[in-house]
Amino acid sequence: MTVEELRAVAQREQLRKQNCKSRILTCQAAGCISCGSKETKDAIARGLKEQGLDKSTEVIGTGCMGLCGDGPLVIVEPEGTLYKQVDPLLGSRIVQEHLLNGNAITSHVIPPDDPFFASQQKIVLEHCGRISAERIEEYIAVGGYEALARVLTEYQPQQVVSEITKSGLRGRGGAGYPTGLKWGIVQKAVGDQKFVVCNADEGDPGAFMDRSVLEGDPHKILEGMAIAAYAVGSSQGYIYVRAEYPLAIERLRMAIKQAERFGLLGNRIFESKFNFRVDLRIGAGAFVCGEETALLKSIQGQRGTPRPRPPFPSESGLWGMPTLINNVETFANVPPIILRGSSWFASIGTPKSTGTKVFALAGKIKNTGLIEVPMGIPLRDIIFRIGGGTPEGTTFKAAQTGGPSGGCIPEEHLDLPVDYESLATVNSIMGSGGLIVMDSESRMVDVAKFFMEFSVDESCGKCIPCRVGTTHIHGLLEKISCGKATQEDLALLEELCVMVKETSLCGLGQSAPNPVLSTLRFFREEYTSVLKETERFIPSTSNEAATPHAS
Amino acid sequence: MKSGGNRTKEHPSGDNRFKLLDRSITKHQSSGSALIEVLHAAQEIFGYLEEDLLVYVARALRLPMSSVWGVATFYHLFRLKPKGKHTFVLCTGTACYVKGAGEIQHAVEKLCGVKFGETTPDQNISLISARCVGSCGLAPVAVVDDAVVGKLTVTDAQVRVDQWKHQPEEIAQ
Amino acid sequence: MSVLTLTIDEHPVSAKPDETLLDIAHQNDIDIPTLCHLDGLIDVGACRLCLVEIEGSPKLMPACTTRPQEGMVVRTNTDRLKKYRKMIIELLASEGNHQCAVCVVNNHCELQNLAYAVGLVYVRFPYLYPKKTLDATQESYIIDRDRCVLCTRCVRVCSEVEGAHVWDVAGRGISCEIVADMNQMWGDSDACTSCGKCVMVCPTGALIKKGANVAEMEKETDFLKYIVTARQKQEWVGEYLKEH
Repeated sequence: MTVEELRAVAQREQLRKQNCKSRILTCQAAGCISCGSKETKDAIARGLKEQGLDKSTEVIGTGCMGLCGDGPLVIVEPEGTLYKQVDPLLGSRIVQEHLLNGNAITSHVIPPDDPFFASQQKIVLEHCGRISAERIEEYIAVGGYEALARVLTEYQPQQVVSEITKSGLRGRGGAGYPTGLKWGIVQKAVGDQKFVVCNADEGDPGAFMDRSVLEGDPHKILEGMAIAAYAVGSSQGYIYVRAEYPLAIERLRMAIKQAERFGLLGNRIFESKFNFRVDLRIGAGAFVCGEETALLKSIQGQRGTPRPRPPFPSESGLWGMPTLINNVETFANVPPIILRGSSWFASIGTPKSTGTKVFALAGKIKNTGLIEVPMGIPLRDIIFRIGGGTPEGTTFKAAQTGGPSGGCIPEEHLDLPVDYESLATVNSIMGSGGLIVMDSESRMVDVAKFFMEFSVDESCGKCIPCRVGTTHIHGLLEKISCGKATQEDLALLEELCVMVKETSLCGLGQSAPNPVLSTLRFFREEYTSVLKETERFIPSTSNEAATPHAS
Repeated sequence: MKSGGNRTKEHPSGDNRFKLLDRSITKHQSSGSALIEVLHAAQEIFGYLEEDLLVYVARALRLPMSSVWGVATFYHLFRLKPKGKHTFVLCTGTACYVKGAGEIQHAVEKLCGVKFGETTPDQNISLISARCVGSCGLAPVAVVDDAVVGKLTVTDAQVRVDQWKHQPEEIAQ
Repeated sequence: MSVLTLTIDEHPVSAKPDETLLDIAHQNDIDIPTLCHLDGLIDVGACRLCLVEIEGSPKLMPACTTRPQEGMVVRTNTDRLKKYRKMIIELLASEGNHQCAVCVVNNHCELQNLAYAVGLVYVRFPYLYPKKTLDATQESYIIDRDRCVLCTRCVRVCSEVEGAHVWDVAGRGISCEIVADMNQMWGDSDACTSCGKCVMVCPTGALIKKGANVAEMEKETDFLKYIVTARQKQEWVGEYLKEH
């Protein structure tokens, strides 16, 4: 395919869209599907047929529209009316009343000035919920693969790296390593072959950002990877996606096939000398495989146990070759940076954390769902303006970021701007973007125990501090939780947490104690109030000590 | 040495499913680095990974037996035992935890008499706990016989599982 | 090859770029405790005992896999490191069933020596009392998985040196264990050559010779160095073989 052909496809598709009198977008992301959006879509299609509107109106399935808690979501275009909780019955009513009679069903309309949308800025999610994820033409019609075309026809690889460096983009997988720097290292590394890997092993419980992008806009990831491959000099890419995301896998498979058919993956892309292929690798249920060295082992068919770094994958990765590993969201930022320029991107967010961040809001919060906000926005705005605060009758207690590697942030730190450095000051991390709100019902010792159970279960067992240390941290938390622990146990817990943090081999072990350390820092009285006195003898049958304090 | 050379011949058991498995192995050029892909295929075809099946895979990919066993036991999605007739997969992600998945877990375990990760002795019900299924907006979530059920309550879960308990044959009541 | 200079525990030392900090320390008689490391096997950096402090690096680095850099300042024996080493041994002691008094390698055990070296006198964590299996089906050797510290020396020696790959790690986390072939009895293993290398390199009483009584068995790990060096340099290969 040539650049001209790409533009012709875009024009044809735009024309086709214009010829449709209306388009009905139904969210077909995993969240909405599980509340029946497939049935809704069918009902709407049936309704259109019955009314004879099926020629002039198109029904398409899109990726995530954001407000997952109010699904199934439906948008009627060109008006752009967003409907919530559209069951099949409401679906047919929309056809009847909105399309036929021109009256929106106001009781189910979410107004465009709803605070949920007001503070958001969409770069990664720009197409999510707007286009069909199953047709490459729709992606091309909104400017898809244009960035790849530009890079292949106008840029030297070095220019691509420098553009990404200037944008200030940092890895969205959690650690925030400067993306341009990583690309530069892989570009300069020597190897017969180089690989580009997309880490789509989104394992943090409570995080579903990457899944939404993969399900809603898979071509964007392929395009981002291809641009990266051109920049670093690679011809083979892998996407490592967790098996728990069957829909994302299906959509990615489809997207790869379509891109190959259009000549946007394969040999001599845009008639340049650049060749690039992408293969999928499916995980098999191991959180640790999100760690880059473990992920590489897993792609090679081995046990996903991390190894010490250096050597970093950028020098010695897959089969010992230089390998670039970036997260889904990082790759998704690449095409917009190329199209709109690094200075545009750098102007968003804060000077050290540029661009936007996608968060998955869940837990005790009114508006659960997927949001994208500029970096540096205060947590309070995310939780109370966008998220609508905690449900009636409950009070906010803590926000958990970074999953099992992160921490719980209390009310008094909610004005903290969301960026890599600020979150680290309160023993949490940006993580991949899961944000879970807890209310007064959550006992923090139990929350810490919950995360530690996760870490015990997901520890690979290779290094001693993580394998045995997390087991004992969990045991000590259990003891504290049921009121059998003493001051000495608490001191031992703290000592062990610091030791596991400092001595574990990989990021999973090093961050596993974070939920304990952060709750100890901000909710210490919840630990101390359930300790028993050291000296006093308490008969083992006494269950009073095990009664949790008033919650 | 036992090599994968004669693998395209009919499997001694005459089981045709091995032909399907061979197709997956050939697709990956019998490469050892495709072990996880091949195990996924094997599990899809056979339902679970029996020891004989793992031996077959090890020989076909020319991998040490212990490596194959090591990989099959490392990843939680690989099943070494058959699944029950019905499956109740409870999400144990953070959002579900905050919204009370723990109570559902206890209630269902009590009802079935087995823990999560186990199957009832009559092979009827498998209780499986899943890491976040990514439907946090609908927490707590369970996947009940392949259908995702959101905003699940304890009673709802009990009713669903109870139905299965009474379905199969005449169960003494 | 260029030569680097660096400082380990205030001593200026010289090094080649392809050596590890552990090699360099040993050459200069600086003792760094190790468990998973063994001369002749590929290092995995798993036991974390050889962690050292490097000036300017926020993270502790394993000496066995870290390469020297010009001007590097390394500390191997700070109070923090001593405390962590002691805790690592303490964790190991709580993980397995290490009853020295009834063990055939009593007084010749690397774990026991390490416990003395770090000054471990009691264990503050509850014992986990694993209920793993003991397998005595092999004609000459026994594996007692309750005494295993998962250093994976046996896995590596069998795969890297003997080339049989009988052993591997199965499961994960706290339930990891060493298995033979397809998780079968050692005696039924087709791949095992009964060479006994795994037994000799095992640091504890997890892999032992049959018939040895309490405190009778001494392990000899030096042989490995000789085999590996000899192979690399083709020392034991007859002249006529080298030529052909």
